[in-house]
Amino acid sequence: MDFSQIIPAMPGLVDGMLMTLKLLALSVVGGVALGTVLALLRLSSNPLLSGFAKAYVNYFRSIPLLLVITWFYLAVPMLLNWITGSFVSIGAFTSCLVAFMMFEAAYYCEIVRAGIQSISKGQENAAYALGMNYGQAMRLIILPQAFRKMMPLLLQQSIILFQDTSLVYAVGLMDFLNAARSKGDIVGLPHEFLIFAGAVYFVISFGASLSVKRLQKRFAV
Amino acid sequence: MNYNWDWNVFFKSTGIGSEIYLDWFVSGLGWTIAVALVAWIVALIIGSVLGVMRTLPNKLLSGIATAYVELFRNVPLLVQLFIWYFMVPDYLPESTQVWFKQELNPATSAYISVVVCLALFTAARVCEQVRTGIQALPKGQSAAALAVGFTLPQMYRHVLLPQAFRIIIPPLTSEFLNIFKNSSVASLIGLMELLAQTKQTAEFTANMFEAFTLATLIYFVLNMSLMTFMSWVEKKVRIPGMMGGAK
Repeated sequence: MDFSQIIPAMPGLVDGMLMTLKLLALSVVGGVALGTVLALLRLSSNPLLSGFAKAYVNYFRSIPLLLVITWFYLAVPMLLNWITGSFVSIGAFTSCLVAFMMFEAAYYCEIVRAGIQSISKGQENAAYALGMNYGQAMRLIILPQAFRKMMPLLLQQSIILFQDTSLVYAVGLMDFLNAARSKGDIVGLPHEFLIFAGAVYFVISFGASLSVKRLQKRFAV
Repeated sequence: MNYNWDWNVFFKSTGIGSEIYLDWFVSGLGWTIAVALVAWIVALIIGSVLGVMRTLPNKLLSGIATAYVELFRNVPLLVQLFIWYFMVPDYLPESTQVWFKQELNPATSAYISVVVCLALFTAARVCEQVRTGIQALPKGQSAAALAVGFTLPQMYRHVLLPQAFRIIIPPLTSEFLNIFKNSSVASLIGLMELLAQTKQTAEFTANMFEAFTLATLIYFVLNMSLMTFMSWVEKKVRIPGMMGGAK
């Protein structure tokens, strides 16, 4: 094992990690936003809306993420083509981002739903009694409390997502794992680079889970 | 842009022998099930042993189990798969290496790697469920078992595990479903399981919407049937009068 070749390869690896983190950050923001909307639909009294949200969540939770990534990579350009009528090349990054956002939204939806349901009914009633409408009650009263409660779960899910971003290997996006693999192949030390990549993922995920646990203790009411 | 919808595509000949595209999906599903089931059985065994280890009073044994869980949970599945498939074979003894790399059919060697990878990956998750199940039991259970003179192994075998396993059936079900979904990573090392066959059909026929719709449907039905099966198991093993559906 010769790990000395990793240092000269650093710039490429850092680019890969930046790609991974960019994908992660945008997917978390998009996924949580979409997930929150889905959770609100799911809890709505309109059976059509809640039925749609339920079907969406069940659909994405029963298929593998890799299938979604692969499918979107092929389908999104074609769909855009239909809609816009002209050929637009969007690249692997955008299609992966859309895939992650839509897939993770199903998982975030369930977390947000549980969070909202954990807030006592009295909070909502009190908000309405003060004359707030649905939007105000959610935005000012329910969601801020719910998000505070579910923060550890949302972060835990995001750590899982961080690991899952490595699946973009399937469509050839140069994320951290793919960068490590291609650099390793170039210098002829694939094993060393693979171990290094694994170690980096481990340190980040493990460190993040420890911090989440600590945060959970501090947030606990 | 025109797309030719053709739902009959699955019954068309692939041009290889008398195969139709549907045969590819059937064989893909067969591989997916073969990977997931075998890996699941191994994961259940290793995970249970580790889960018990984590609850033992012995610091060393519980430490080993904790380290295992943290290691396998914090490294991405794909990295683990690459390690098992591309790296580990290079460190096997000479004769085993020749056997694995040259004498074995490529599909078989990929199969072995995926099963080992998924089994060890899932074992870490099963371990956590088993530990949670054991710790969820009232302290009185183990105290009573020790008081009537059970040894530690007897206590686990006759008192703790039979109850713990019943409690954790729902979370185990979701791990069971996960292993089927996770088995799709096998497509990245060339095993022709369901996802790989779907991709191949999409490429051969250019009817990718139909191909991916069918794959989605298969995964969906597979999930539903596994879920039904597990809730049947849960009902079947329920002890009358105890934990009757509660929890």
